[in-house]
Amino acid sequence: MTNPKPLKIAIASGKGGTGKTTLSTNLAAFIAEQDEVVLVDLDVEEPNSGLFFNGILTHEEDIFKMIPQWDESKCTLCGICPKVCNYHAVIQLGPTILVFPELCHSCYACSELCPVDALPMIPKKTGTLRDFQIEKLHFVESHLDIGEEQAVPLISKTKKYVARKYSHVSITIFDSPPGTSCLVMEATKDADFVILVTEPTPFGLHDLSLAVETMRALKKPFGVVVNRYGIGNDEVIHYCREENISILSKIPNKRKIAELYSSGKLMYRDFPEVKHSLSDILDYCITAVRGGIA
Amino acid sequence: MKEIVVISGKGGTGKTSITASFAMMGGSDVVVADCDVDAADMHLLMQPDFNFSEDFYSGEVAFVDQSNCISCGKCEDVCRFDAISVKKNLYVVDPLSCEGCGYCARVCPTKTIVNQERLAGKWFISKIKTGSIMVHARLGIGADNSGKLVAKVKNEAKEIAMEERKGFILVDGSPGIGCPVVSSLSGANFVVLVTETSVSGLHDLKRVYELVKKFNIKAGCIINKADVNPEKCSEIEQFLKENEIVHLTDLPYNENFTRAMVKGQTIVEYDHGELKELLNDGWEKIKNLVAN
Ligand code: SF4
Ligand code: SF4
Ligand code: SF4
Ligand code: SF4
Repeated sequence: MTNPKPLKIAIASGKGGTGKTTLSTNLAAFIAEQDEVVLVDLDVEEPNSGLFFNGILTHEEDIFKMIPQWDESKCTLCGICPKVCNYHAVIQLGPTILVFPELCHSCYACSELCPVDALPMIPKKTGTLRDFQIEKLHFVESHLDIGEEQAVPLISKTKKYVARKYSHVSITIFDSPPGTSCLVMEATKDADFVILVTEPTPFGLHDLSLAVETMRALKKPFGVVVNRYGIGNDEVIHYCREENISILSKIPNKRKIAELYSSGKLMYRDFPEVKHSLSDILDYCITAVRGGIA
Repeated sequence: MKEIVVISGKGGTGKTSITASFAMMGGSDVVVADCDVDAADMHLLMQPDFNFSEDFYSGEVAFVDQSNCISCGKCEDVCRFDAISVKKNLYVVDPLSCEGCGYCARVCPTKTIVNQERLAGKWFISKIKTGSIMVHARLGIGADNSGKLVAKVKNEAKEIAMEERKGFILVDGSPGIGCPVVSSLSGANFVVLVTETSVSGLHDLKRVYELVKKFNIKAGCIINKADVNPEKCSEIEQFLKENEIVHLTDLPYNENFTRAMVKGQTIVEYDHGELKELLNDGWEKIKNLVAN
């Protein structure tokens, strides 16, 4: 099968613990039975889809963000840099300029507006990227260093690595961070299609409605997968119907599934109904993007 | 006044249901702060009256006032976040990409870019069914810096607790290990770590505990769904022992978590058996631990 254009699917949810990671890993493994696929864990603060695979480490690199470094010998103490930093990441303390790397957003303003080039930008490590391979599946994950506050640059660098290295692979799956913040925006903004995973409970519904608002703000085509279907109530289903949102699949609630998840195993092979769901989800994404339904 | 923060690394461990149960048992002596502002769910169980609400502004966003723009392109050149582009011959800012660094406005030769305050969310003070007060919030779509909103919620809760001479502040903490959870933890007297018996549960517990250690706060742990994976459960217990984390209680896999939620109730209102007893034990232990 020759693919016209690589497909980027992001898997997101209003909050953690809805089964987003289970879906990402199982979907990736399912695709990898036939085709090459890349799974990218963009939940850089709490990455853990890696726990489900025992692959071969094929590549590891430190990820850097750019921060200014003060060059005392050139500085005239003109006082411009602390004034132009909107994040208070550069301050002047007597005859010294101090930089707080965790606060820096790498906007370059201080560096480029310094009249004497006394604040050159230098790289600072913010995290580590690892790339694993398990037959046809490539798994990329990044960990944010503890104490580092800016996760957005790490997410965007991880996406760039994947775009560079795996442009030939027809399907890439992004496991997004939970929530509705700027991190989710960064993780989902280049996706062709977003799958929102939810649970049929009041918390699930509330978080889903926030995630839907986010996707609408981004003007992203999206659909919903209801996990643990059978617990809770039907309100998520009603909500989707009213809002005209497609439900791609309902994955049944079974204690056995929870147990396999907890032991870090892929579970679709043991449950024909889950395998069926995965195939439905994949078909829907492909048709939605390539056929322009969404 | 003692401050107790409940965190879990990742969501889905039952953290909010457990926190809500503690709030219920603590009754009028506990001011609740929902600091999980990114996915604030606590209000669904607490019947808040949204008595007071206020917009929360944080950071800035650039805006090009077209009347004086001479299309020199400088703003687009300096923006490191690809937030400025030319649309229909006009230079415009995409507010979702703008980080509010202010660089563009500084270089615009005609001073036609203005920085506006960014609406980052809304926060509320509510009377709740426990007979006490809850401070909660809603983060705006795509907003940055939820840490600041978390800090706001916590500080307001603290002030109320002081004024009204309450015994406890109970904080439903944020997930992750970033800025919001740092804001949730700062100033706490005791941390309750909620985890579950899965591979990711232990992994997240270790990561978030590294952060707790930095703050030097006493910690206790509740293992949820303890019976789902007994092997993992003993691994978690081992980790708790090694790090001198108090093992508060184990909760079994029980669908009453969900059933209570569907009714808009806390677990201790819905369940009158094992779960209620275990949670009650846990809460009593926590109160004793923070007392000394
Ligand atoms: S802008 Fe440059 S010269 Fe001026 S105080 Fe800062 S580092 Fe020194
Ligand atoms: S690069 Fe930008 S954010 Fe970083 S210190 Fe300089 S002005 Fe501040
Ligand atoms: S404020 Fe900064 S991020 Fe926003 S448009 Fe201007 S240069 Fe770009
Ligand atoms: S820098 Fe100012 S004048 Fe130049 S294109 Fe941007 S908004 Fe227009």
